[in-house]
Amino acid sequence: MKGFKWLTPTLYILFLMLPIYWLISMSFKTTNEILGHFSLWPQEFTLDNYVKIFTDPTWYNGYFNSITYVVINTLISVSVALPAAYAFSRYRFLGDKHLFFWLLTNRMAPAAVFALPFFQLYSAVGLFDTPWAVALAHCLFNIPLAVWILEGFMSGVPKELDETAFVDGYSFWRFFTKIFLPTIAAGIGVAMFFCFMFSWVELLLAKTLTSVAAKPIAATMTRTASTAGYELGLLAAAGTLTIIPGAIVIWFVRNNIAKGFALGRV
Amino acid sequence: MAKITLDQVRHSYAQNPDDDLDWALKEVDVTWSDGGAYALLGPSGCGKTTLLNIISGLLRPSRGRVLFDDRDITDIPSDKRHIAQVFQFPVVYDTMTVFDNLAFPLRNRDVPQAQVDARVHEIAKMLDLEESLHNRASHLTADGKQKISLGRGLVRSDVNVIMFDEPLTVIDPHLKWLLRSKLKELHQQIGSTMIYVTHDQTEALTFADKVMVMHDGMVMQIGTPVELFEKPKHTFVGHFIGSPGMNLLPCVIENGYPSIDGHQIISAQKLDIPEVAKRVEIGIRPEFVSFTPNGLPVEIVKINDIGQYRIVETRHKNTTIKIIVAEGLHIPTADPKISFDPAYTHVYADGYILT
Amino acid sequence: MIDKTTNQKAWFLVAPVVVLVAFNALIPLMTVVNYSVQETFGDNIFFWEGVKWFEQVLHSERFHDSLLRQLSFTSIILLIEVPLGVAVALSMPKKGPWVSVCLVLMALPLLIPWNVVGAMWNIFALPDIGLLGRMINGIGFDYNFTQQPTAAWFTVILMDVWHWTSLVTLLAYAGLCSIPDAYYQAARIDGASSWSVFRYIQLPKMKRVLTIAILLRFMDSFMIYTEPFVLTGGGPGNSTTFLSIDLVKIALGQFDLGPAAAMSLIYFLIILLLSWVFYTLMMRNEEQ
Repeated sequence: MKGFKWLTPTLYILFLMLPIYWLISMSFKTTNEILGHFSLWPQEFTLDNYVKIFTDPTWYNGYFNSITYVVINTLISVSVALPAAYAFSRYRFLGDKHLFFWLLTNRMAPAAVFALPFFQLYSAVGLFDTPWAVALAHCLFNIPLAVWILEGFMSGVPKELDETAFVDGYSFWRFFTKIFLPTIAAGIGVAMFFCFMFSWVELLLAKTLTSVAAKPIAATMTRTASTAGYELGLLAAAGTLTIIPGAIVIWFVRNNIAKGFALGRV
Repeated sequence: MAKITLDQVRHSYAQNPDDDLDWALKEVDVTWSDGGAYALLGPSGCGKTTLLNIISGLLRPSRGRVLFDDRDITDIPSDKRHIAQVFQFPVVYDTMTVFDNLAFPLRNRDVPQAQVDARVHEIAKMLDLEESLHNRASHLTADGKQKISLGRGLVRSDVNVIMFDEPLTVIDPHLKWLLRSKLKELHQQIGSTMIYVTHDQTEALTFADKVMVMHDGMVMQIGTPVELFEKPKHTFVGHFIGSPGMNLLPCVIENGYPSIDGHQIISAQKLDIPEVAKRVEIGIRPEFVSFTPNGLPVEIVKINDIGQYRIVETRHKNTTIKIIVAEGLHIPTADPKISFDPAYTHVYADGYILT
Repeated sequence: MIDKTTNQKAWFLVAPVVVLVAFNALIPLMTVVNYSVQETFGDNIFFWEGVKWFEQVLHSERFHDSLLRQLSFTSIILLIEVPLGVAVALSMPKKGPWVSVCLVLMALPLLIPWNVVGAMWNIFALPDIGLLGRMINGIGFDYNFTQQPTAAWFTVILMDVWHWTSLVTLLAYAGLCSIPDAYYQAARIDGASSWSVFRYIQLPKMKRVLTIAILLRFMDSFMIYTEPFVLTGGGPGNSTTFLSIDLVKIALGQFDLGPAAAMSLIYFLIILLLSWVFYTLMMRNEEQ
């Protein structure tokens, strides 16, 4: 029994990898091959699909657009969540519990509910079709998440640390930036990871709030697939490329990812 | 109940130990007789937990055999060894009541319910847990939880040995003392072998009939607390046990007795064999040094008054000698000289006692 | 638990969060509430309609069907993903080089944009060009998820299991890693079976993270839109039209703002209510 323990994770990972393999393998196939005859791996290996993406601005701009709003969102979410999480973990104040709960309820708001009002709101303030619109809209679910994760990490830091620093004559902000933030660096990493993740994978709002200038890569993909008919190789290549940023980010946080969740508070 | 023997046991956590440093345990040969209260004393990382885990079967030794009553149990799993272990941090099954916690080892062994009931109540009475028997175990304080851990060991009637791995670490100081006397009392009541691992000499010396001092994967000495105090077999033991530890003074051997700068010192034994050793030292506890009109000249560095006695730190050349002087005794100020009680003056060559 | 001091100035620290979230949550929510009680014929002319739209939505068969589909979908994926995720976490290595490999590979699906997940499964499951479609048809089943509702359901569920089980695994694994070795050692000495170890040590210690996992999976699966929309478009027929898909169809497709807004509010309230029920049920033991 014990000798076969590796079997479950192995089979599971195999199951996870199959569709990804199929996507990648298809990205190296020509349209003819995809539609013509079924093959387990590319018979006529081609890089055309990738060449097209890297030379056509509507494609590669999509990447920049996506990454721009994801980065903006991650930075905004984590930087406003830090002081708030500190307040929740250290102080009791009027309405603190209700506020915390209200924040979390926003994590439960379906994007579909907010798509249309968001469109109107961001058109009204003149941010429609800019990365800022998407970045701010994604704050709706990322800020509560970041506050929640960071609060968990901060509660794990003994209060004596703060008190010692104040006795030593640190001002609040100097203590916060010089001592406290380095102490919870792992937590900040985990919070940034989750903000990046949920902003990167979300599409409904991103698509609704952009039309041309700030169109995310994932939306470019959908349109191409539906209008240009069966350009499946191109679709697969673009899809493959969207996996890469995520993979890089996971690699950086691999040692903290499990820990981050364990410390989050319910 | 059984006699426990470790026969040339060695252990290494490395796959292929080649270096001496790879061995967490270097050749241990010990026998614990049935019904004794033993302590395993040593600093962190000396291999005491490794040794404990080998006895309990959580680790299989790289070399050597473990015998219970001359039966080789090296390859027998923990649950078949009839042992109990109390860990540093209390282990309780959070979701169960205190009763279920105590009954757990018995139920796992298919003991009839009536017997389980009787046994659990008996043990709960011994440990003063009767009142909380039907509360959730997770709500108890640290010492209560540690009592449950202990109780799960005691509840089985077939236990050969109960082992304690620094069990009082997380207990409040004022409760430590209570729990320790409880252990002592239980040992007398049930009479099973107990092995108590600790790095705290007070715990070891007050709990055990015999103390085993370990250092660097080796057993330095096994003896009664008095033996360890009066005649340490190794300078490490002398230094580790006692507060402050034993004084060590470099010396040479002349005419069968040690001498320091030409001052002859009388030691417990006359040393007949001239030793060829790199390092020869006199070992003498601060308790057995006194100021005398004649003797080794020293200068006084500082005096530390701790109430019932004073610790006087003196120096002879570059060697520090600490002396315990009882309250009321005079400490000379001009030209102090000291001498050693010959009965407790031992000579060590490269750390080991000369006899 | 940290002993908190009362300090009303803490409001300054939470103010930025409150402003940003309120901007994003309250204004759109008010818009939705506004639409939900009015009727419009365009040109920004609105008429007060009271609770008409709410009554209409609550009595409409279409909404009942979507809700039923949504509830079945969420229950099925919870029933599969939670045990599967825990099982995988239990059999994962505790230390060594394979831990990182496992974690990275398992987390990969979580970071793929949702429409790419849909597109990927589309080309993976298509009966003519997809590996999965070919395989299932190869072993003798007639499988075409674009035509058969059962096949569509099967594919959507398989996709969600593929996409999200890792989240449960990661959380459960985090919980398992926090159990000190002494617990396992004590259990061995107490003669506990593997089942007892799971039941009395691992499960209680995982409870907190599993609560988070179930809540997150419940909320996210209840809000699911992009993946099934890209994969099946809600079809064949309406067979995989979940609440979000239906809502977007009404709001953006037919531009029936009133009913869409009323449905949004009902939808949001259902999620809040069910999350609360879940949370209270799972935390009840803790209080005792």
